[in-house]
Amino acid sequence: MGVEGIGASVVRKEDRRFITGKGKYVDDIKLVGMTYAHFVRTPHAHAKVKSIDPSAALKMPGVIAVLNGQQLVDDKVGNLICGWAITSKDGTPMKMGAWPAMAPETVRFVGQAVAVVIAETKNQARDAAEAVAVSYEELPAASDVKAAIKPGAPQLHPEAPGNIIYDWHIGDEAATKDAFSKAANVVTLELTNNRLAPNAMEPRAAIADYDTAEEHFTLYTTSQNPHVARLVLSAFYNIAPEHKLRVIAPDVGGGFGSKIYIYPEEMVCLWASKKVGRPIKWTGDRTEAFLTDAHGRDHVSKAEMAFDKDNKILGLRVKTHANFGAYMSLFSSAVPTYLYATLLSGQYVIPAIYAEVIAVYTNTTPVDAYRGAGRPEASYLLERMMETAARQLKVDPAELRKKNFIDQFPYQTPVIMAYDTGNFHASIDAAMKAIDYAGFAGRKAKAKSEGKLRGIGLSCYIEACGIAPSKAVGSLGAGVGLWESAEIRVNPVGTIEVLTGTHSHGQGHETAFAQLISERLGVPISQVSIVHGDTDKVQFGMGTYGSRSIAVGGTAIVKAMEKVESKAKKIAAHLLEASEGDIVIENGEFKVTGTDKSLALPMVALAAYTAHNLPDGMEPGLKETAFYDPTNFTFPAGAYICELEVDPTTGKTSFVNFVAADDFGRLINPMIVEGQVHGGLAQGIGQALLEGVVYDGSGQLVTASFMDYSMPRADDLPSFKLSHTTTLCPGNPLGVKGCGEAGAIGASAAVINAITDAIGNNKLEMPATPDRVWHAIHA
Amino acid sequence: MFFATNFPVAKFQPPVSNWTNYKFTGRDNVSTVKLTVNGKAVSVDVEDRTLLVHLLRENLNLTGTHVGCDTSQCGACVVHVDGRAVKSCTMLAGQAAGSSVTTIEGISKGDELHPMQAAFRDNHGLQCGYCTPGMIMSSIDIVQRHGGKLDEATVRQELEGNICRCTGYHNIVKAVLDAAGRMKVSQAAE
Repeated sequence: MGVEGIGASVVRKEDRRFITGKGKYVDDIKLVGMTYAHFVRTPHAHAKVKSIDPSAALKMPGVIAVLNGQQLVDDKVGNLICGWAITSKDGTPMKMGAWPAMAPETVRFVGQAVAVVIAETKNQARDAAEAVAVSYEELPAASDVKAAIKPGAPQLHPEAPGNIIYDWHIGDEAATKDAFSKAANVVTLELTNNRLAPNAMEPRAAIADYDTAEEHFTLYTTSQNPHVARLVLSAFYNIAPEHKLRVIAPDVGGGFGSKIYIYPEEMVCLWASKKVGRPIKWTGDRTEAFLTDAHGRDHVSKAEMAFDKDNKILGLRVKTHANFGAYMSLFSSAVPTYLYATLLSGQYVIPAIYAEVIAVYTNTTPVDAYRGAGRPEASYLLERMMETAARQLKVDPAELRKKNFIDQFPYQTPVIMAYDTGNFHASIDAAMKAIDYAGFAGRKAKAKSEGKLRGIGLSCYIEACGIAPSKAVGSLGAGVGLWESAEIRVNPVGTIEVLTGTHSHGQGHETAFAQLISERLGVPISQVSIVHGDTDKVQFGMGTYGSRSIAVGGTAIVKAMEKVESKAKKIAAHLLEASEGDIVIENGEFKVTGTDKSLALPMVALAAYTAHNLPDGMEPGLKETAFYDPTNFTFPAGAYICELEVDPTTGKTSFVNFVAADDFGRLINPMIVEGQVHGGLAQGIGQALLEGVVYDGSGQLVTASFMDYSMPRADDLPSFKLSHTTTLCPGNPLGVKGCGEAGAIGASAAVINAITDAIGNNKLEMPATPDRVWHAIHA
Repeated sequence: MFFATNFPVAKFQPPVSNWTNYKFTGRDNVSTVKLTVNGKAVSVDVEDRTLLVHLLRENLNLTGTHVGCDTSQCGACVVHVDGRAVKSCTMLAGQAAGSSVTTIEGISKGDELHPMQAAFRDNHGLQCGYCTPGMIMSSIDIVQRHGGKLDEATVRQELEGNICRCTGYHNIVKAVLDAAGRMKVSQAAE
């Protein structure tokens, strides 16, 4: 490895602009003649819109227009779509209700937009929005799954009787039934996976700019995947054909899934910018983020696991109700199916699995992928199940896991996934050593003598990342392929631009991707620029989510690099009068092996562009493109162990230690990887202890600000002890697996297992607030 | 004791004192606010309801200071007003009249980063960068108030008013502790 190549913890190139206040986020951009949008939103969870009277608002200073949902319909702007088709077990397609960007007739969740005010200033737009008189006829609302599926429940969409979107299943029902009939022990568990608000620190924002002469739109938006946004806005929402729409996602302040989707606000701003003939900016506030950014999780599950007399797992049966909110968000349907139930085998040999998933509409904010997306729900269910089983079977939870680990690879699970490689024993052993698992009993006894309840909890997760082989996801209902592309431009002076279809919103691509180039060509990363986030610059791409950027996008870069190297070697061989096979690249030099003849990269690049002396028939230039479609998912896995103390008088939890042993395959920049794990752990711990979206019975969002929704803060979290074990991913040339979601997937079960161990009561739901823990202790 | 004695807390004039020089005459009324920002005297006409953060971002184009929550919880908007960390979304622009405001754009000396900025970069104390300016401004204040006498628990408690969704705070805490040492050294050098 070079000093800045693969495996080097180099500091990030992008940091200078962020630490000096020079980052360029959407709300930092101003266009000449820019106007401001403010949305009028329903205060009711379910209501008919009787009338919208803009007359008072239109008379207010600075107001340019007040637009509503009927005008969207009149202009044939398309409804929002869900891009992944799921088929119910009875063979019927999923039942999708219409989601207009502004509701012309019916509102179905608090915060849904019914109108928009465009004005000269932000304050004028906000003032006028308050003056738009909307008359509603309130309807009864269903604010959770239980209320939505009971007989006589309010109906959200005529397309979905009983509020059921689909009733889907996976696995072998008969084989699983058979496994349970042979069981020596059956362990059952009911649990809720609490609804979360993603809360990227930068609220969503959009600037739409229509050029009347060119009939061309530009959209600046807080997106994780600008090309997907352009595709959907063009192909489905009828905003403009793709060549008349440029989408720019500049610096984006975190995403965690919530900025994958194309939201009503972007659509409305684009459409309205043409109507008013001026650029329009909309910047959400935090309460709008709580009301309208897609939420995550929200499962209610029942699970049973069958064991033989030797404590080997025979089978697993799961029934999950997934709350989808009021509309089907862009990838919502895939989350509790192909991203959840396919991971229910975890790290274990489970000969038979059967899972049913019922997707339900409720009068709440739409739910979609949030960091981990289905995999945290699977991991939480399975790892609480293993801990519960260990207690019921009276065996050590680590031993029970080890007894059932998969240790032969590749391994085909009963639920689609084929794990390519892994070493689960190595990670659990590393984690147990790091936390001194053997010494826990002594520490627990000591804590008891001090009046504290000490507990230890494990969580051994596996996830499927590197989303995804296009053919495979296509056969499962995906509306798009999930390959990635890269273009490498070696400039005539030898500097290099890498254009990628992934998007960095905190992940450090500008550094890690440059390291891939440095590794191959030996050039310093300062000579390499990573270009992303602009559909006019980058050829195409599917964006960043599902821990895919290095495994899929990084591999596309490697493939393009191979082409660049191949051509550059031919040029170097020609100029050095050597055979192509004798050319090696070292530290930015093209050398003829066994001689002192060499050419520096800039000389080769210059020759490619002057084209004065190229091999016969060779095209000038040094620029190559590659599209890479992965052959399989990647399977990061690891073991997390949490040790904590509970104060029995208050129910308050204090961390003693949190260790993580992850296997992400090869690490490109270990510093960045560890940062990703830290952040994921914080979100997993946040889910376990602090966070939870709360609706009241009428569908009002109770947790709509940081004063009501408990975000993890510095004094809520411990420092983490991380380590890595490595099995290289055989599916891509870098051997990488992806690391962005692991922490959020594995952490919550470790925390809850530790608390339930400490208090001796397994009945505990997330978030395990001091109040809940105290009640569980005194139950 | 919350404040270290060497912190210039005694010299700090609470923002409210400026209210006596400032007349509120209605929501749409525009007034001239004179203040010093990053060492430069500025005079800005703003609506009376304008918050300091909006004066900085919209009128002065100092977009390094961010808005993350609108309820004074997240600290993305922290700047220094007369040497003390203040959430600029919680202060009317008029309240800053006559004050000296320092933003993230004003703490480095030319190309030379402030030790806190350098420590955030070197310890990977940032990811998406959105909370970072507020984190850095708060952290400088923390180190100054504690006179470099900091430990992990104190840093975590002091950072309670700044929310980061990316880093899990692990590397931010490391960065602040690292910078506390660097700031001591750079102070000693001056």
